[in-house]
Amino acid sequence: MPLDVARIKKEFPILARTVRNDRPLVYLDSAATSQKPIRVMEAESEFYSRHNAAVHRGAHLLAEEATDAYEGAREVVARFIGGKSDEVIFTKSATESLNLLAYSWGNAPSNSRFHFGPGDVIVLSEAEHHANLIPWQELARRSGATLRWFGVDDEGRIDLSHIDAIIDANTKVVAITHQSNVTGAITPMSQLVAAARSHGALVVLDACQSAPHFAINVAELGVDFIAFSGHKMVGPTGVGILWGRGELLAEMPPFLFGGSMVTSVTMESATYSSPPKRFEAGVPNMAQAVGLRAAIEYLDEIGMDAIHEHEVVLTRRAIEGLRSIKGVTLLGPAEVRDRGGVISFTVDGIHPHDVGQGLDDLGIAVRTGHHCAWPLMKRMGVVATTRASLYLYNDTSDVDALLQGVEKVQEFFGGKGIGR
Amino acid sequence: MNLESLYQELILDHYKNPLHKGLKSPADASVHHVNPSCGDEIDLNLTIRDGHLQSVSWDGVGCSISQASTSVMSDLVEGKSLKEASELIDAFGEVMQSKGASSGDESLLGDAVAFAGVSKYPARIKCALLGWMALKDAMVQLDGYRRVSTGESKP
Repeated sequence: MPLDVARIKKEFPILARTVRNDRPLVYLDSAATSQKPIRVMEAESEFYSRHNAAVHRGAHLLAEEATDAYEGAREVVARFIGGKSDEVIFTKSATESLNLLAYSWGNAPSNSRFHFGPGDVIVLSEAEHHANLIPWQELARRSGATLRWFGVDDEGRIDLSHIDAIIDANTKVVAITHQSNVTGAITPMSQLVAAARSHGALVVLDACQSAPHFAINVAELGVDFIAFSGHKMVGPTGVGILWGRGELLAEMPPFLFGGSMVTSVTMESATYSSPPKRFEAGVPNMAQAVGLRAAIEYLDEIGMDAIHEHEVVLTRRAIEGLRSIKGVTLLGPAEVRDRGGVISFTVDGIHPHDVGQGLDDLGIAVRTGHHCAWPLMKRMGVVATTRASLYLYNDTSDVDALLQGVEKVQEFFGGKGIGR
Repeated sequence: MNLESLYQELILDHYKNPLHKGLKSPADASVHHVNPSCGDEIDLNLTIRDGHLQSVSWDGVGCSISQASTSVMSDLVEGKSLKEASELIDAFGEVMQSKGASSGDESLLGDAVAFAGVSKYPARIKCALLGWMALKDAMVQLDGYRRVSTGESKP
């Protein structure tokens, strides 16, 4: 059933505001961060108004309520991805989730399966966001391990044609994006997971651009760890998720140390709690976890499959429309089924920053630049792109505004002898 | 569109036909600057004779604002003394930080006042400053900027 976008838009107060030149906001930057429905803001506010207390401590009613709210959020996240609740770790961001892995493993003693040293190989792809690239560069630098990576083809798809040479017996981990934040290309996971499994390598999935947009299930994916963020899925900022297989988390050393993550402490040493608490030192981001729960319940109410189908329709319209504009070049897979609603493009003769500025003048919010993926931009042969990204609250009129906007930008600069 | 105030004709003219573009060698100072928020890049070469900027040349990729601003800057500062150039850099920086309040002193900044409108767009200020910061860096490299701005005399 098609989404009732008019009704959805009403849930997002910011979409009703006007921006530059009193124009209505056309928000096409959800891949950077999504907007928030009223109920998410209310959930956070309600937590602070009624239940705020430090979780997992305190002998009072509020502490109990806060703990229930926080742990209840964990259960909802677990259900959303088909995992167990004690396998879900709340972090401050997906970036922190990925750093947690790289630092925890960097702390692992030499007899641990997570210990990295010379001869071990970390496999990435050229399509990674800096958040799933630099933590691994640093782990390699600290440990002496080697980085190896998959290239991408001309449409930005991860090129698996040399998979046997890239994932081998020395490969300890394969850390890969589920969907590119630049090209929208979706990574086909089964071959990657099978190759990693056959060599005993771990698989880390950066699901920042996938989890908000289509249903994901950790058992079906067969991966070992998943990282994603709350703020890209209509949830609050300041909350990220790390999901890991229970038996693996149980063997991992902590990353951050302090209160809430210990079983006993002396002046000389400490012993650590089991996961997930082992990885949640300090008073956690309770209100944000509660807000994320409201976000996930909202997405589930609408239905992840319905959201995905909606985005496929909009993506097709945007891609076909942009392709029909002379002077516009699209990045990413031509086939809509291979990609999500992240649409990067360039306009002949007009720098992406100038395109973005022209669209902003029309009230259309897009991202311009390198999208925190410099190696991929270099591979695609561009310094920067303009990127429009779609979500459940966008409709065909938003897409059409973009298409008309691009033509207006061409007219403006074309009239000045630039572009065209 | 209401873009006219930002993209003045003069800016777009310099974007289309940039001045002093194409690096001249040898140079007394060479710098490479990147705007990490958008990936724009610039190389700038500077030669100094008798305390004056004898030649300012550059090459780079970037948006119309960054390219045009570097073009205008090069033309403005070439031939000026290090002290005059450092005053121009400071004056242009003040206009950029003014949030639209300053239209700039045309008798001092010349064509560079066309960029005053950029100061109303915080995300673009770095674009307009890219070439100017490269020049400042090149002058610091020559130790000229610091000497001039602290009032030290030439050796």
